[in-house]
Amino acid sequence: MISNANNAWVLLSAALIMFMTVPALGLFYGGLVKKKNVLSLMMQSFICLLVVSLLWVVVGYSLAFSPTELIPGILGDFRWTLLNGISPIDPSPYVVSDPQGPVSHLTFVIFQCMFAVITPAVISGAFAERMKFSAFLMFSVLWLFVVYIPLAHMAWSAHGVFAQRGLMDFAGGTVVEINSGFSALAGALMLGKRRNLKPLPPHDMTYTAIGAAMLWFGWFGFNAGSGLAADGLAASAFVATNTAAAAAGLAWALLDWFLQKKPTLLGAVTGAVAGLVVITPAAGYVSVGGALVLGLVAGAVCFWFVVSLKGRFGYDDSLDAFGVHGVAGVLGTLGVGLFATPFITAPFGMNGGKGFAGVFTGNPGAFGLQLEATVTAILVAFVGTLGVFAVVKATVGLRVTEKEEAMGLDISQHNEKAYTLIE
Amino acid sequence: MKLIVAIIQPFRLEEVKQSLYQAEVQLMTVSEVLGHGRQGGATEVYRGSRETGNLLRKIRLEIAVNDDYAERTVQAIIAGAKTGDLGDGKIFVYNLEECIRIRTEERGPQAIG
Repeated sequence: MISNANNAWVLLSAALIMFMTVPALGLFYGGLVKKKNVLSLMMQSFICLLVVSLLWVVVGYSLAFSPTELIPGILGDFRWTLLNGISPIDPSPYVVSDPQGPVSHLTFVIFQCMFAVITPAVISGAFAERMKFSAFLMFSVLWLFVVYIPLAHMAWSAHGVFAQRGLMDFAGGTVVEINSGFSALAGALMLGKRRNLKPLPPHDMTYTAIGAAMLWFGWFGFNAGSGLAADGLAASAFVATNTAAAAAGLAWALLDWFLQKKPTLLGAVTGAVAGLVVITPAAGYVSVGGALVLGLVAGAVCFWFVVSLKGRFGYDDSLDAFGVHGVAGVLGTLGVGLFATPFITAPFGMNGGKGFAGVFTGNPGAFGLQLEATVTAILVAFVGTLGVFAVVKATVGLRVTEKEEAMGLDISQHNEKAYTLIE
Repeated sequence: MKLIVAIIQPFRLEEVKQSLYQAEVQLMTVSEVLGHGRQGGATEVYRGSRETGNLLRKIRLEIAVNDDYAERTVQAIIAGAKTGDLGDGKIFVYNLEECIRIRTEERGPQAIG
């Protein structure tokens, strides 16, 4: 029997995740770029919502989550094309903490849809201010099939190679975060740097701060909804999420203060996003202490990576999609292998009643599987994205012309502008 | 007739306005502009990347006056804008060829005040 209480919470969570893509991510990214490119960033997020939503209900969900498979452990098949045969009263075949109270199958479909929507939108930050819109559109369609769906199947579907072995990835450390981060890196390398790289200040830091706050808000659905139940595990994930975000934001702001002389708003909000990323795979497995440590580590490591290390590599990940999502995604996916504690998951009978344990709670084997999944996700994301980019480059081309880049993508790609000067 | 153009620090605008009013100069056009003089551009830090040479926000005043008001206008601007630090700005004084009040079509010195 479907639990209406659980169903209500997960439907609301799906709406919260939709809100993370549009408007939150569009604002977060849009504020960071030049005035002449703000609409192009918002459009890239919005088009992900439009296109991926459709692909997902047509074949995406089926390929990602069907128990019958085209490639065992890696790719489902077409049994649920157009959600064929999924009745509104069908319970979801997927449960996490409340096997007696599944949500509606359709609730699970749309909840997962929103994860698939936001992931390519996160990647768009690495391509800012120079990629053709047609190229981004083609990329996001191909990439969904080549990279996202196989990774989602591996980590989360009933017969996925990692799901079956007990991988701990509560809300998408591999599927969403490592995936978006390393895809962003591969894309940024293929795309090359922006032409006039003398950096300008973000054109509107208030957008960026508002967008980050909205991301945090939406992330409660992302993480606390991933237990697919309105129960104590959702509360635990919610607390862990809030704690990690707060710790990482504070860590970054303090490092700014000590090392760069002033605490910056941009630093505080960037750190908070890093904290939300790091807790994503771990939210339902770690106690508040684990969340606190993961948050502090993510804030500090991402700060070091973005502020200090990135400059030595010379790639142009415009808005630090890799430096935040890739780096913190790896930290979180590995970190949950250390900090997971059965104190959180055993009361729900998870993992055959034993709960999930990490290295620090007497399960040394946990780290190996997390590492294996991390490396696999990195390879699939990086190599898959290189392949997709090669196809896009050979067909529609990747970059706007030099003149279009100078004029801005808003005018050159969309024939609109964000702000008028008079009236 | 003179056209006096002054580039000043934004945070001195209120003082300059008060000082001009005290000198009975009641007319001005104010715009926000970007630029820098000898103090150089600003350095700002975003996610640790140090961005130098950013143009600074300045205020530009344009005031058209008759010749006998020119010096007191200049003195009033100086009184309001001067802090003694780099970046206080500059005043340019131009000869003004013609002035026309649109409402009445008056021309010349009586059109200014």
